[in-house]
Amino acid sequence: MRRFGRFILFKGIKMATLLVAISFISFLLMKNSPIDPVQAYIGADMLNVSPEQREEIAEYWGLNDPFMVQFSNWSTSVLSGDLGTSMIYRIPVSEVIGERFTNSIILMLVAWSLSGIIGFVLGVVSAMKKGTWLDRLIQWYCYTLASTPTFWMGLLMLIVFSVWLGWFPIGLGVPAGVLTEDVTLSSRIQHLILPALTLSIIGVSNVALHTREKLVDVLESDYILFAKARGESGFLLFWRHGLRNIALPAITLQFAGFSELFGGAVLAEQVFSYPGLGQATVDAGIKGDVPLLLGIVIFSTIFVFAGNLIADLIYYIVDPRMKEKRGT
Amino acid sequence: MLEVSDLSISFNQYISGLKQQELNVISSLDVSLNKGEILAVVGASGSGKSLLAHAILGILPSNANMSGSIKYQGEQLTKKRQAKLRGKEIALIPQSVNFLDPLMHVGKQVEASVNRGNPENIRKEIFARLHLDEEVNKMYPHQLSGGMARRVLLATAIASDAELIIADEPTPGLDPTVIEEALKSFRELADNGHTVMFITHDIESALTIADKIAVFYAGTTVEVASTKDFSGKGETLRHPYSKALWRALPQNDFTPIAGSQPYPDELSTGCLYAPRCELSTAECFKIQPVMRELREGMVRCIHAT
Repeated sequence: MRRFGRFILFKGIKMATLLVAISFISFLLMKNSPIDPVQAYIGADMLNVSPEQREEIAEYWGLNDPFMVQFSNWSTSVLSGDLGTSMIYRIPVSEVIGERFTNSIILMLVAWSLSGIIGFVLGVVSAMKKGTWLDRLIQWYCYTLASTPTFWMGLLMLIVFSVWLGWFPIGLGVPAGVLTEDVTLSSRIQHLILPALTLSIIGVSNVALHTREKLVDVLESDYILFAKARGESGFLLFWRHGLRNIALPAITLQFAGFSELFGGAVLAEQVFSYPGLGQATVDAGIKGDVPLLLGIVIFSTIFVFAGNLIADLIYYIVDPRMKEKRGT
Repeated sequence: MLEVSDLSISFNQYISGLKQQELNVISSLDVSLNKGEILAVVGASGSGKSLLAHAILGILPSNANMSGSIKYQGEQLTKKRQAKLRGKEIALIPQSVNFLDPLMHVGKQVEASVNRGNPENIRKEIFARLHLDEEVNKMYPHQLSGGMARRVLLATAIASDAELIIADEPTPGLDPTVIEEALKSFRELADNGHTVMFITHDIESALTIADKIAVFYAGTTVEVASTKDFSGKGETLRHPYSKALWRALPQNDFTPIAGSQPYPDELSTGCLYAPRCELSTAECFKIQPVMRELREGMVRCIHAT
């Protein structure tokens, strides 16, 4: 138990330093980008604002202070829980993230579970039938998918299922021209299917290829040989000795893949105009919404870190070999 | 009980690009075992001993080619029959703890080997007999010490209550008392009517329990002798290699054999031992001698008397 405490402490320190470094670098990049925060804030009314007024806003916001002062001002308010106000949405950043993330999490959760389950099954089948046409087909499929960009896949899905077949709506999270309270659950689900499918199709290849590789190794291992020598075969052999030994790496990989999931969501949401966190990220970047972008950077860092932490934790708790080998 | 005759095992190996080479790892091997007997198969590492075990069980890798015949209780061991008998009538004791599933309690793995009766009771009884604490039951393979691992592997074979037990290098890396204990359990198994094939490179421990010794060299048996032939200066032994092996032991002459065992890709067509043999003549290099009976044993040498 003390070891577990140390493990958590170590991870906590790692996360804190990571957050500081990420914030600092992002802040530095934003500072040096060609985006002028004042112009981004005022937008089209810029013509009505005189250079003097502009200078006053800059002075009021502290834009003329040295970089380190600005950074410390920002981080102090972040630490007190204030992420600032989004310039494009005119509401607190935390609210934007909260609302957008609820939309995204459903999308990502569906895509994540689907890709995990389908990928795992494909990988298992491929490894069990190693060298057959089925194995080659699955591998070919995975390699093709692995080299397919998410946005292209999304466009393809839109063309086929929305434009040609008309099965699903073209983009957005809810139907246009309908009041929020009138939107039905089934309509929400209809809007969710295509982006989720796009995301999961892309995610399949990773798990499938990894699982296949792992199971091929396991099947060639000495303990499988010995299990065969004891008369075990076929499904029983896989169930007893195969599954347990490949499930853990696959689950871990799925959790560690949060970063790719998030990255994929950014692109997929853009293509489908799905109002999630990914779309907000792109908007914030393009329209120079510095507080929102920094907020999202911090949030996504925590999200990805949590995925990796869960992966480590599962290994730590489930794999008996880890408990003794690892001190930290 | 078990009769292996003219067994050859080869592998297809890619040497460069798509060029394949057939690698003979075991060639025209003959060995036989009677019920209740312990046969020790003795040879240096790399002489193909483990493959013999895998061939009998039918668990050779898929790129291996096998020819010759293996008979079990007078009947040909076909692939189908092997699959039926594996773990039930023929059990393997593997070389190392790596042969246990790393994520499964060892007790469960022993219980999985039981064919008749209540698995848990049988496992408990065997653990007690082998001086394994009950807490070992819930351990994972990586938590076992070397001696414990050997006993657990032995326990899987005992649990199966198989007629024929093939033990593949069950003793290396153990301290003498543990070795003695392990050997004693093999003798007990044989005395209870089981038949044991004891594969080892440790000729001394083999001699303490075995009834017969088969000497392995470069993938084939060169001699099958009774244990009592290994005495004195080895005068009663038949093959020059067995004699040299016997004399190489520290308590005997401690004289090393010049040269080294050939690799499978450089085997000659003649007697495999000829290049290192003191007795070799031009004839020895021409064709491989066949196994023949001599003084109640078997030998593969034209000069043996």
